[in-house]
Amino acid sequence: MSEKKRASLKELSPIDIYKLLPKTNCKECGQDNCMAFATKIVNREVEIDSCKPLFKPENAKAYAKLKDLLKPAVKEVIVGVGDKSKKLGGKLVMYRHEFTYKNPTAIAIDVTDEMPMQEVVSRVQYTENFSFEYIGNTLRLDMIAVRCTSGDADKFKAVVQKVAETTKLPMILCTLNPVIAEAGLMAAPKAKPLLYAATQTNWKDMAELALMYECPLVASAPNDLNTLVSLAKTLMAYGVTDLVLDPGTFPNEGLPDTINNFTMLRRAACKGGEELAGFPLMGVPMVAWNDSASAEDLLKWREAYLAAMLIVRYSDVLVMHSVSGWSLLPDTVLRQNIYTDPRKPVAVAPGLKVFGTPDENSPVMFTTNFALTYYTVASDLESSKINAYLIVVETEGSAIDSGVAGRKLTAERVADAIKASGIESKVKHRKLIIPGKASRISGEIEELSGWKVLVGPRDSSEIPKYLIEKWQP
Amino acid sequence: MTKLPQDGDKKKDSEELILSKELLDALAKFKQIEIEDFEIDVKELELIFEPGMAGQVMPKLKLPAPVAAGGKPTAMLQTAFIPPIETYPNTITEVKLGATRSEGGTRGKSFTIGGETSPPFYNFERPTTHKPVVTLDVFDMEVPLSKAVKMHVKDVVGDPAAWAKLAVDQFKADMVTIHLISIDPLLKDATPKDAVKTVEKVLQAVDVPLVIGGCGDAVKDADVFQAICEAFPGERFLISSITRDMDVERCAKFVKKNGHAALSFTPMDLNLARELNRRLYDFLGREDIVMDLTTAALGYGLDYAFTNMERARLGGLMGDMELAHPMSSGTTNAWAAREAWLKMSADWEPRELRGPLWEVTTALTLLLAGVDLFMMMHPAAVKTLKDVTNYLTSGKKADPAKFADWVTMKAQGVGKQ
Repeated sequence: MSEKKRASLKELSPIDIYKLLPKTNCKECGQDNCMAFATKIVNREVEIDSCKPLFKPENAKAYAKLKDLLKPAVKEVIVGVGDKSKKLGGKLVMYRHEFTYKNPTAIAIDVTDEMPMQEVVSRVQYTENFSFEYIGNTLRLDMIAVRCTSGDADKFKAVVQKVAETTKLPMILCTLNPVIAEAGLMAAPKAKPLLYAATQTNWKDMAELALMYECPLVASAPNDLNTLVSLAKTLMAYGVTDLVLDPGTFPNEGLPDTINNFTMLRRAACKGGEELAGFPLMGVPMVAWNDSASAEDLLKWREAYLAAMLIVRYSDVLVMHSVSGWSLLPDTVLRQNIYTDPRKPVAVAPGLKVFGTPDENSPVMFTTNFALTYYTVASDLESSKINAYLIVVETEGSAIDSGVAGRKLTAERVADAIKASGIESKVKHRKLIIPGKASRISGEIEELSGWKVLVGPRDSSEIPKYLIEKWQP
Repeated sequence: MTKLPQDGDKKKDSEELILSKELLDALAKFKQIEIEDFEIDVKELELIFEPGMAGQVMPKLKLPAPVAAGGKPTAMLQTAFIPPIETYPNTITEVKLGATRSEGGTRGKSFTIGGETSPPFYNFERPTTHKPVVTLDVFDMEVPLSKAVKMHVKDVVGDPAAWAKLAVDQFKADMVTIHLISIDPLLKDATPKDAVKTVEKVLQAVDVPLVIGGCGDAVKDADVFQAICEAFPGERFLISSITRDMDVERCAKFVKKNGHAALSFTPMDLNLARELNRRLYDFLGREDIVMDLTTAALGYGLDYAFTNMERARLGGLMGDMELAHPMSSGTTNAWAAREAWLKMSADWEPRELRGPLWEVTTALTLLLAGVDLFMMMHPAAVKTLKDVTNYLTSGKKADPAKFADWVTMKAQGVGKQ
């Protein structure tokens, strides 16, 4: 099994795909011809299943071959059912610059069967309601990890039932005891939770449960990769193919091994084509809580930074305990950052943008076309419901301060942008509010544009306050 | 510049908080005020060699197959995981920072950064050659700091020597960066002679190596750097920084002549980084150059910074000599993110913890991309980064016997939110 190596993403050429396509140029997939489709397939811009003729019986062989060719280095494993089900893994590459990372690291928050039910519900609701708006994206938490700390199957069953009633978020059922695990599964028999975990000693029973309840299964072998891949091999042979690997998360002195294990597994999968390593990886930052001597805030801090390192180093799912916005926010933002398309444009189109319903007396401001600057300003204007014109000046994707320093944001460009925007026919006044960070070029802007310049705040979150205090057409 | 918090907020927050003493001790409330220039160009995305195992055959696993009739195994199928070890044609250049008396300077210690032979913390291949180093920001004049920051540094603001001492003695900085803000023609326009005096005082106050930071004015910085390089030959300062718009030849020459090292700064573009390094090679040795590829804050372009640095390091190891230099990160830029300092709704508070965690998250992300020198601000962030680098380079093993049985763990704090 391990001898079967997958072609890496880079080795795959459009020709490899084209050879196996029906070559009918039928355009059913929406592409002009089969070659164009093949190119998009290699770039992972379209799915192979959008080629309908492939489903004809005579193409079955080719279809199976294509599916195999296009298999990601890390298997995609689905946890849960319905809208909130979560795809784990599915990674095509090891390094972010090679290709966009698929399926952002899922973050699970734990509950236990010894917590008061009220607390279980409140933690589940916290997880479900966690939401932060960040440049056009909503950051969320993804799953609930239900742990059996009581050793009592009935208690575990009860809490699983409660969680399943409270939320549609996918669950991770955590117990090494197959009898307790089964009690949990019986409480949510169709929920396809992630079952944690198969170990050296319980693998057979856990495998039976995974098959019976058609749920994905975690293989766990703390800091023992030989056992971990042996488990993967065994479970696959047993018929359980949706696996997640847990090489163990160790804080502090265990950090080097932890980081190394995740890195080795991912490299073996992506660069070595090693099938037994080609499963989603689970990290458990909540091990930071195994420390009774330290204060709670310190444990949250440690859990948060451990999670950050695991997000960067290849974790596909994390189990966390803290339910504090301050400690979860940096990790959710980092995850969003790491999983963006590395080729995404960093600039927005220059020109005039209208916010609310401005009139001839409304304020006129400008910002740069660096995407993050623009979206930050735009979201501040939108959220405060301001009526205003915003001129986006072409700065070749530079932010304000670097644009001024690097002469990408110049008075000439601002003056040209004013002219080109047509704003002079839209407002009666000739007053331009400029970003505080561009104050150095205020004099030149006045000179070249003929507009009166008002130096605005240094941060766009201050714009509403500034307008109330200072703006007079 | 970052907007600073309202004075009133802070006091209220602190009163409402019951923070652990251990963490609070580490949380001197600094806010950063410098946002380095950056711009992004992804046009060069395809130009870099990177390690891969294409063409390399992985050792085969042993595959016993004790399978019962019916197909299902009855016993574990034992197999071995073969660590995917690679070799790289190149080593990252080593750069020495600071000089002890025996090395021709006056410092109590010096540091060597770089020298890596594998990607960052791939200890399964080779151990880390040199532990990353942390240098703390010190300003030579009063800069806009929040009351919360002033609370902790009020006795030293305006006194860079005392500030440096605080950074080294209390906050355990490996090195100190003296930011010569006052030389800015738009601010105090202090003379090169004034700047030399400031550096002299800092040199007297602490015995760690120094980074010399300019004001960002290409001409003034060159004048000041020259005066400082000549006044303290052999101290092996890191001159921060040499940029494309400066007189590169002149700067490189006075750095080299006086035995210092140069920080080659470019705005998030590896081609520009290569180009500037090529210009420096005419006058400086490879071992005199550290690169700053620009650090963007978590949430504000960290993804670009991370990928840029990761590619530079992998490229350097694979033989791209122009990128095979140690990397420095202006991690303090993390504070440019408003989420690091802004008073937000109660769900996201306290910002006293969120802020330094923002800096540490930025730092750790870039640590894993290969940064060798961190320019940082908040003492709690510094402490965590140092703890993590100590762990990562300790050579210690994870002990499965001590593995936290997190499944049954009755975690502290369970029952609280």
